[in-house]
Amino acid sequence: MSDSFSQLPGRAKFAAAGAGLAVQNQFKSQGSRGNGPSIVFSALMLLALTIAITAIIAILAWAFFEGRTRLDMDLIFNGPSTVNKATAGYSVAILGTLQIVGGVIALIVPLGAGAALYLEQFADKSRWWNRLIELNIQNLAGVPSIVFGILGLAFFVRAPFNLGLVAAAGSATIALLVLPTVILASREAIKAVPPSILEGSLALGATRWQAVWRQVLPAAAPGMLTGVILAVSRAIGEAAPLLLVGALTFVTFAPNFFEGGYSALPVLIYNYAGRPQEEFQILAAAGVLLMLAVLIVFISFAVWLRARYERSW
Amino acid sequence: MSSSVTSARSGPARTLRADNPRYGEKAIFGFLFFTAAVSVLVTTSIVFALFYPLPRLFSEISIVEFFTATEWSPGFLKPQYGVWPIVVGTVIVVITALIVAIPIGLLSAIYLSEFAAEPVRKIIKPVLEILEGIPTVATGLFAFFWLRPFLEYLTPWLPWGGLFSTGVAGVAVGLIIIPLIASVADDAMRSVPRSLREGAYALGASKLRVSLKVVVPAAISGIIAAFVLGGSRAVGETMIVLLVAGAGSPGLNFNPFEGIQTMTAYIASRATGEIAVGSVVYDSIFAVGSLLFLITLAMNMIAIRFVARFREVYE
Repeated sequence: MSDSFSQLPGRAKFAAAGAGLAVQNQFKSQGSRGNGPSIVFSALMLLALTIAITAIIAILAWAFFEGRTRLDMDLIFNGPSTVNKATAGYSVAILGTLQIVGGVIALIVPLGAGAALYLEQFADKSRWWNRLIELNIQNLAGVPSIVFGILGLAFFVRAPFNLGLVAAAGSATIALLVLPTVILASREAIKAVPPSILEGSLALGATRWQAVWRQVLPAAAPGMLTGVILAVSRAIGEAAPLLLVGALTFVTFAPNFFEGGYSALPVLIYNYAGRPQEEFQILAAAGVLLMLAVLIVFISFAVWLRARYERSW
Repeated sequence: MSSSVTSARSGPARTLRADNPRYGEKAIFGFLFFTAAVSVLVTTSIVFALFYPLPRLFSEISIVEFFTATEWSPGFLKPQYGVWPIVVGTVIVVITALIVAIPIGLLSAIYLSEFAAEPVRKIIKPVLEILEGIPTVATGLFAFFWLRPFLEYLTPWLPWGGLFSTGVAGVAVGLIIIPLIASVADDAMRSVPRSLREGAYALGASKLRVSLKVVVPAAISGIIAAFVLGGSRAVGETMIVLLVAGAGSPGLNFNPFEGIQTMTAYIASRATGEIAVGSVVYDSIFAVGSLLFLITLAMNMIAIRFVARFREVYE
């Protein structure tokens, strides 16, 4: 259309094009109520998404510009120090976080997979206790993380478990915090396996458990793994409950799982950020960048895994 | 294998009962039931941990004071235990967060569910997941060191006071609940049956009209559930408010441009492991924790109700 007007000069070109469009609109079905969304609404939707995406970029950009002078090997290999401000690092906290994550994985994989298998494959939904378990898990997923911190303080740090302010207490607390998420994700993964797979296996003479273990579980495994990876990424970044179970102590030695003080990456970042010296604030920003880099790798891997193994049966 | 073919054997005693008791299977079943029951055990422990110190606390301070007084100053020389100031702090954060997150989350959800082409959706969903996965300590530091000074620079005429701001904390919390609201609302809108949309198209409605006048109303209970879940998440958010809203005056303060303590920030700032067990301050953590737990529990139950109603109608 524009070709026929292109020889006309400046304003005439616009006028002619406008007239042409107006006439075309008359004949198009419904005019502005056509197929596309209105311009204003499209703009609003794009603005909304832009804000969400800008937030991620802004946080990354801030962490990079603020912490760029401390993006060195000291950051990972040096321990925390209040004396050597320029070379202090996160090594002890990284070890603490690794221990916490190790404990979390050891707890949530059997507990999460077991509960999900029970609810999806074995539970009789007409029984009140099974409905109670289901409702309970949904509710537990919405309990604030700081409340899990209180649970950890009251049960793991003090009696009945009496572990003290150690990494094991932090690990158990975080494990319970992410457990509902793992169960819900695993249930979705199991639900996505069609019942015909299970029934085929049963028809061939497998027992219930054999069918679940050899057919349903392998088919659901990638989805369940995605849930575990997302839970671990949450465990790495979670700071609030750890404040209550002792991770805020400023320790300069590598932690022991069952005794002595410990620290965790997000908690040490918080600790550094609260100090007035500028070096520590830079160090906190560098720590944020380090943590975000690890998490983005984790989350991307989980997303890739889910897309890779997403099957339509 | 033999168990399931028993019934096919010839003979008078035809039975569907397995001839092998399969104790192994029963043990496995027992273990699986145990893993599922752990979650109930966890909830019970939470309730027990929270409520156990309460009688001791309310024998030392009056429960009436707790719910009516307007100054919160545990650990001060003349401590007062009126919970309202920190409740107000939480409410300001939650309202600001919802003002930010509801329009952005809902518009994103409408776009994702009704307009986005599949490839675009496949990119945006994971990006939102990354936003959801950003540790709150990172968002909090960003909001404290950058967003708060930046907003003051943009709007110097507003009554900014001190380093902290409850409103900015709310905005930052809003950012992290956008993905939650978007994904729950998106799920709700995607499970509205196609036939409803097609009926509207057949009557000549545009895509925009169908989205806003058919799909959104049809999915409204799921969308409300998304808002309630977002609010519940905002109530429980700790690190951001601890960093950005900081601690404020112990009295009531409704100014979002100054700092104020919230319920979560109080718990986190008090309970750093050093505190004496059995002291009033120690017990007050549990009282505030109980209140927090009950508020979020009520909100989650409402959200679950709304989702259930939605599922009932369309699935």
